[in-house]
Amino acid sequence: MSGLLAAMLEATGPTLFHYVLVPLIKIAIVLFAGVLPLIMYLVLAERKVLGFMQARVGPNRVGLWGLLQPIADVMKLLVKEDVVPRRAVRWAFVLGPCLVVAPAFVIFSVIPFGPPAATEGGISWFVTDINVALLMVLALATLPVYGIILGGWGSNSKFSLLGGLRSAAQMISYEVPQGFALVGPLLLAGTMSLVGIVEAQRDLGMWFIVPQFVAFFVFLVAGVAESNRNPFDLPEAESELVAGFHTEYTGIRFALFFLGEYANMIVVSSVAVTLFLGGWLRPFPSVEALSFLDLSFLPAGLGGVVWFSLKLFVFLFVYIWFRGTFPRYRFDQLMALGWKWMIPLALVNLFLTGLVKVWV
Amino acid sequence: MPETYLPVLLALAFALILGGVILAASGLIGRGSGGRVKLSPYESGEPLLDPSRKRISILFFLIAIDFVIFDVEAAFLYPWVLVLREGGWPLFWSVMVFVALILVGFVYIWRKGGLDLKKRFRTRWQEASHG
Amino acid sequence: MAPTVTVPTPLPEKFPEGTVVEQEGMDQPTWVVQREVLKDLALELRDGPETQFDLMLDLCGTDYPERDQRFEAVYHLYSLPRGERLRLKVPVTEDVPTLPSLIDVWKACDWFEREAWDMFGLRFDGHPNLRRILTHEAFQGHPLRKDYDPARRWILTEDKIYRPHPQPPEGEDDDDIFERMTINIGPSHPAMHGTFRVVATLDGETIVASEVEIGYLHRCFEKMAETHTWQQVIPYTDRLNYCSSFINNVAYCKTVETMLGIEAPPRAVWARTILSEFSRIMDHCVANGSTLVDAGALTNFWYMFQPREEIYGLLEACSGARLTVSYGRIGGLSADLPPDFEARCRRLLEIIPPFIDDVDGLIAKNRIWLDRSVGVAAISGEEAVNWGWTGPCLRASGVGYDVRKAHPYDLYDTVDWEVPIFHGGDVHDRYRVRMAEIRQSLSIIRQLLDRGMPEGPVIVDDPHIALPSKEACYNQMESMIYHFKLIMDGIQVPPGERYSMVEGANGELGFYIVSDGGGKPYRVKVRPPCFPMMSTFSRLIEGGTVSDAVVSLGGLNVIAGELER
Repeated sequence: MSGLLAAMLEATGPTLFHYVLVPLIKIAIVLFAGVLPLIMYLVLAERKVLGFMQARVGPNRVGLWGLLQPIADVMKLLVKEDVVPRRAVRWAFVLGPCLVVAPAFVIFSVIPFGPPAATEGGISWFVTDINVALLMVLALATLPVYGIILGGWGSNSKFSLLGGLRSAAQMISYEVPQGFALVGPLLLAGTMSLVGIVEAQRDLGMWFIVPQFVAFFVFLVAGVAESNRNPFDLPEAESELVAGFHTEYTGIRFALFFLGEYANMIVVSSVAVTLFLGGWLRPFPSVEALSFLDLSFLPAGLGGVVWFSLKLFVFLFVYIWFRGTFPRYRFDQLMALGWKWMIPLALVNLFLTGLVKVWV
Repeated sequence: MPETYLPVLLALAFALILGGVILAASGLIGRGSGGRVKLSPYESGEPLLDPSRKRISILFFLIAIDFVIFDVEAAFLYPWVLVLREGGWPLFWSVMVFVALILVGFVYIWRKGGLDLKKRFRTRWQEASHG
Repeated sequence: MAPTVTVPTPLPEKFPEGTVVEQEGMDQPTWVVQREVLKDLALELRDGPETQFDLMLDLCGTDYPERDQRFEAVYHLYSLPRGERLRLKVPVTEDVPTLPSLIDVWKACDWFEREAWDMFGLRFDGHPNLRRILTHEAFQGHPLRKDYDPARRWILTEDKIYRPHPQPPEGEDDDDIFERMTINIGPSHPAMHGTFRVVATLDGETIVASEVEIGYLHRCFEKMAETHTWQQVIPYTDRLNYCSSFINNVAYCKTVETMLGIEAPPRAVWARTILSEFSRIMDHCVANGSTLVDAGALTNFWYMFQPREEIYGLLEACSGARLTVSYGRIGGLSADLPPDFEARCRRLLEIIPPFIDDVDGLIAKNRIWLDRSVGVAAISGEEAVNWGWTGPCLRASGVGYDVRKAHPYDLYDTVDWEVPIFHGGDVHDRYRVRMAEIRQSLSIIRQLLDRGMPEGPVIVDDPHIALPSKEACYNQMESMIYHFKLIMDGIQVPPGERYSMVEGANGELGFYIVSDGGGKPYRVKVRPPCFPMMSTFSRLIEGGTVSDAVVSLGGLNVIAGELER
């Protein structure tokens, strides 16, 4: 393996090797071995967990415990007919779902799933580390709004249009408190590199959730709202707008929207884990007595990946838990919550954090 | 290091190609039959009563404008954060003045009812019962 | 709350001789009114201190082709303060089937008048929107007229369909008009439980005007009842409010029983009371469950439906069917109770409360739910009465009218229970009333179970009414003849008319039945509790958002089968 890599390094030269070839392989691994299977089984897990919460069984017919259900679903959606409604705007209709999925996939290229390489030339557990990573995440996280509004407007259906408008209004409204909330950890870390932020938490000796609890809370609420999940799932509120912006979508285009929703859930969870829950760090990173939690017997920083995944799963479970618990907000209440509570809360947090930062 | 951005571009290309491939695969495998009724837009099983595309309520645009203002503000804050330590109190207060200016606008919108999305008006119902 | 001793309504004197005449020998005070004085009389009856008929329960047509004045419009009035009933009959001729609209007196007349027009061709002068309501626009004739052949078929085309276009009130800013959007919510929409169609004109998310269209599930139950023997009508009653079908059986059977002058044996009455209460619990579970699922609280929906599932098990053990039980019979019940009836009931009393408590625990103090429901689609008690509301929804508006308390039947006056009343009149209070009523129903059932199951038969021992046992049928000549007569000719109900009511799961469920002494009913009219409530719906949702409209529908508990019959 390492011999092969060395040969490739020889053949391509260091720049091409480090910044094209290796990232390409990593991207492929992250998507095909990480995110896509995770999404597929997240859907199954959600149905199972919800079933458990709701005194019913959940899918159990396809394979053992319904484990093959996601594969059956994908196959079904793949062979379904793609209906484009009459007088729909075709380019918008087709572009919509792609715009929802693609940005989420791009974000995964800057998420640090594990620690950087311990030695020069070793494996680091992320695709790339850029110094404006957080800004990029924010920018890309806004893009799905365009996909949703294009899809909703392009379908030539009133329910889609209303759903599209709702979600556009909702997502941009929660973009603001989310942006403000992120300033808190940023102030503490002093860098926008996600790897740098995790390392700052290690240096500080605690996860940022402790000093930045308010910011975490605002980010959590805004994150749920951004990924259109219950109790903020108005854009696709099935009892009101049928299916919201994807009412007219069938087959694989519908699947892409679906994929996008779950990918966004994972993105928001990953960002929250990185920023507030210490990324790949173990709990209480400063307590020496707990250093066995580093799982350093695992090779090449895999212990960090384990911790990251654990936190990610907890976060995803919280999403599902919300769905099993809360009713849905009404549109105007949701907007009022965002504008009248979350934004002032995030601003106060920002002010206090800045004050402390300059003072100390 | 501009090279570090290369993987992001690669990921973008990767995602777009993946999306294209999935759509193309479905186009090849999927069946199609069409039909007049099947292609008609969903309207709860009834014929359309009026066109689907109309001028959209002004409320949505107001929200969009509010958003632009605040997002620009947030964008200004990010670089401020990174140099706050070096800038010290003068930098802190100068940005706080900037935030305060925006807040004045925010309070104005709030007081004006720009954040209330439920339009209020008298209905037939209220007219009947209150004369 | 109803006075035990009621004073009969005095016949008003200010009207000319012969225009208001009391009809003798009726089950309840009945006046025959000439149409010229109808509106004045109605106002007098509503506002007079000695009359106070504030609730217009039912309006229907009847058809007597052999009479000079062929049609009769029959009004059933009720006075909440006095607990007194009154029936008005207004005869009209076939040539001029017009009478004044009473929509200004009781708003409940709105849809009832449309129905009478649709079914009988009675014209109501002054009605703002006298269109067909239950049948299709392209339908011809009036199906409940006696000379209408039930086998007629019409080709109903889409091009003749009425296209509603609700208009907001005048005086609005004209610039806004371009931004309005008219959408169909229903008939094929996930929020419309059953099949209704709400056409809403939206400004942004706010409904500025709306119109409700019904009739998608109309089967003309009342016409079918006229072509079947008395017992054969029972399965059709199942399909009225199919969430609590047993209560419909009871209501129908009780009406016919009083016409026959018989009473069901104690064991049947006991079982009827218990099963009615279980049916009520099921119905309330459906109403609250669907309200909550429309509000996005999915888990509560499953929690509310689990008790229903369990109660179905009990009904299945009794009757063999789960949804449409047809368990009641004129004179009693169709079959004896299963041997483990009591044990099953006790088990249900064990397992239902945790589900109810869990839902309350999840939702009762939930901020989002309170925001969504408090003050939404609210109606004052006064308005609700004027619109003809009854049942839990009326009690949520602060008016404590419950047939079980006001006019006790079966065993309701022998058990200790309360009528829960809330005063908000909104979605939240409708939810709370139902939750409280479920608990009351459980208490009623528990008390009846503690009293012990009465022994004896479950159907009257009268060969003219109850079918003889199979064994007797095969072995005794006499029984076989009775069996044959009952199957071929049916029960012979003496001529007369009768309105009697029970407390259905969503309000006063009345049956107005006319018999001409034959083996089939001459006219059966159901007083569907959800019909007046649905007629209010478009007013309730105006000014709210689409979400408000959706969340308020479940709480009204409008069941299409009963609404459209």
